[in-house]
Amino acid sequence: MAKSNKKIDVNRRKFLLAATSATGAVGVCALGVPFVSSMSPSEKAKAAGAPVEYDVTQVSNGELKTAEWRGQPVWILNRTKKMLSSLDDKEILTDPDSKSPQQPQNCQNATRSIKPNLLVMVGICTHLGCSPTPKLKDGGDMGNNWEGGFFCPCHGSKFDLAGRVYKGSPAPTNLVIPPYRYSDDKTIIIGESESEKG
Amino acid sequence: MKKDSKKQNKSVGLVGWVDERFPLSSFIKNHLTEYYAPKNFNFWYFFGALALFTFVMQILTGIFLTMYYKPDAAQAFASVEFIMRDVSFGWLIRYMHSTGASLFFVVIYLHMFRGLMYGSYKKPRELLWLFGVAIFLLLMAESFFGYLLPWGQMSYWGAQVIVNLFATIPFIGPDLAEWVRGDYLVSDATLNRFFAFHVIALPLALAGLIMCHLVALHEVGSNNPDGIEIKDTKDKKTGIPLDGIPFHPYYTVKDLTGLTVFLIVFASIIFFAPEMGGYFLEANNFVPADPLVTPSHIAPTWYFTPFYSILRAVPPILGSQFPGVAAMGLSVLIFFFVPWLDKSKVRSIRYKGILYKKWLTAFVISFIVLGYLGTVPSNIWGQFSSIIPLLGGVDIATFVARIFTLIYFAFFIMMPIYSKKDVTKKVPKRVTM
Repeated sequence: MAKSNKKIDVNRRKFLLAATSATGAVGVCALGVPFVSSMSPSEKAKAAGAPVEYDVTQVSNGELKTAEWRGQPVWILNRTKKMLSSLDDKEILTDPDSKSPQQPQNCQNATRSIKPNLLVMVGICTHLGCSPTPKLKDGGDMGNNWEGGFFCPCHGSKFDLAGRVYKGSPAPTNLVIPPYRYSDDKTIIIGESESEKG
Repeated sequence: MKKDSKKQNKSVGLVGWVDERFPLSSFIKNHLTEYYAPKNFNFWYFFGALALFTFVMQILTGIFLTMYYKPDAAQAFASVEFIMRDVSFGWLIRYMHSTGASLFFVVIYLHMFRGLMYGSYKKPRELLWLFGVAIFLLLMAESFFGYLLPWGQMSYWGAQVIVNLFATIPFIGPDLAEWVRGDYLVSDATLNRFFAFHVIALPLALAGLIMCHLVALHEVGSNNPDGIEIKDTKDKKTGIPLDGIPFHPYYTVKDLTGLTVFLIVFASIIFFAPEMGGYFLEANNFVPADPLVTPSHIAPTWYFTPFYSILRAVPPILGSQFPGVAAMGLSVLIFFFVPWLDKSKVRSIRYKGILYKKWLTAFVISFIVLGYLGTVPSNIWGQFSSIIPLLGGVDIATFVARIFTLIYFAFFIMMPIYSKKDVTKKVPKRVTM
């Protein structure tokens, strides 16, 4: 026994074992790639993210309507003069000047929109993805200081009528303004920015 | 002598034929008829067996539900209602499954509390405890995946919120959430994969872990309310622990008694309160999922609410929600460290000092309060008056949740200190009844 043991090159065995294991591990990882990537969004899901058209004349003054883009609610709010004047109250907001990139460049303004009255916004809370409830009128069940805006029922985040988040809300950032453009005076195309004009 | 007794015990007939090819008799002996468990178990020791029973029941009812359920966003909601109305006894099987899910957590929480009380995680049972916490984690994942399947409003928005928790992880978050969903929002693709996880991946993993949990248990033996190692005092002749009794028939019979009581409770819920006032099956889940409208109040099912409260209690830091998510994750994962946090010389609460008793009580109270707060909106108790400095305008419920979140974590983090400082009593040599 002892004699035959001497002939065994233990180092060589160790090397071969390590080399085989390493090769095997690489193989397993390579095999894992198709399985892991099979869970990413399919081509069909990606295609469903195409831009949508919306006729904004159907939204009357002071009204909010919901369009669907990429399966998400997109709010189209036609703000009245009174609503627009409520946007001046900046004290209560976390990011009143919309510094964080939650909107396209051309919407980084006081009203967060291309045309001042018409707000186009993704109706998904930036906290954990619930859809906030529009509370457009001031006062009511939101208390006397409420100037109109959006209230997320899940964790109580509050936003003003430009989707800017209130201080002390769980949501860290303002609501998202999607890329959109006017194809003519009446129609917007949600999901396409000015530069992508087909 | 030894050879002789082996010959005498050798079984004949069919069992003998099997025994030569498969360790049937020896398995029964090692794990049932000659597996010695401490004789001083109290009712807290029912919950392990009950958890196993519930697991088997969930698997069985689940199999029958999959015969009619359709994992398709367009059909899922209707197929569940079909089971409830048109399938023979479909309502019973579905209510058994949904009630079973909630009772599984009742049983598991009591089982874990037993472990905390009697120090069942202390050496040499650390690995046993680790397997247990892993089972608890997988069970949470299992019930989360299952909750999406009825495709109701609560299913949908619950999944939306939980998947978005991953999106808050710095750098990889958004891509990770998209990968988990398989789409830009919770959709048909998400439902399909959750179905796959719920019916095969996690049950299989759970079965494996439960097996490991039991193998580890039978290797080290059960702890007991006195926290005494019964293997230390054995009969000199037979080598059998003096304070041990065979699991079968003594504990099989005792567990059957516990099971009977459990089934009375279980049947009462199924037949008289299957929705349990909205705690077991939430009202909003009887409305089909609508990706465009969030229900006015969403809350997870009751067994997640303590952890959900912790998530809500932590404010965003530097514009990121991640700290809350991390705190919630930690509130569950911290159970893994208990065997090494407890520095006490004794296992059982019976011989631990007043400090541990106080801390454990505080922990249980905070668990229950956080659990309650997680079921209600955070503005339920209104806000502090703006006159009060610092707290003015803060939701009272959020403030209370923050206090109890601190107590929850302090129970674990302070454990090395108070368990060492605690004045313990002398542990007897033999178990007390």
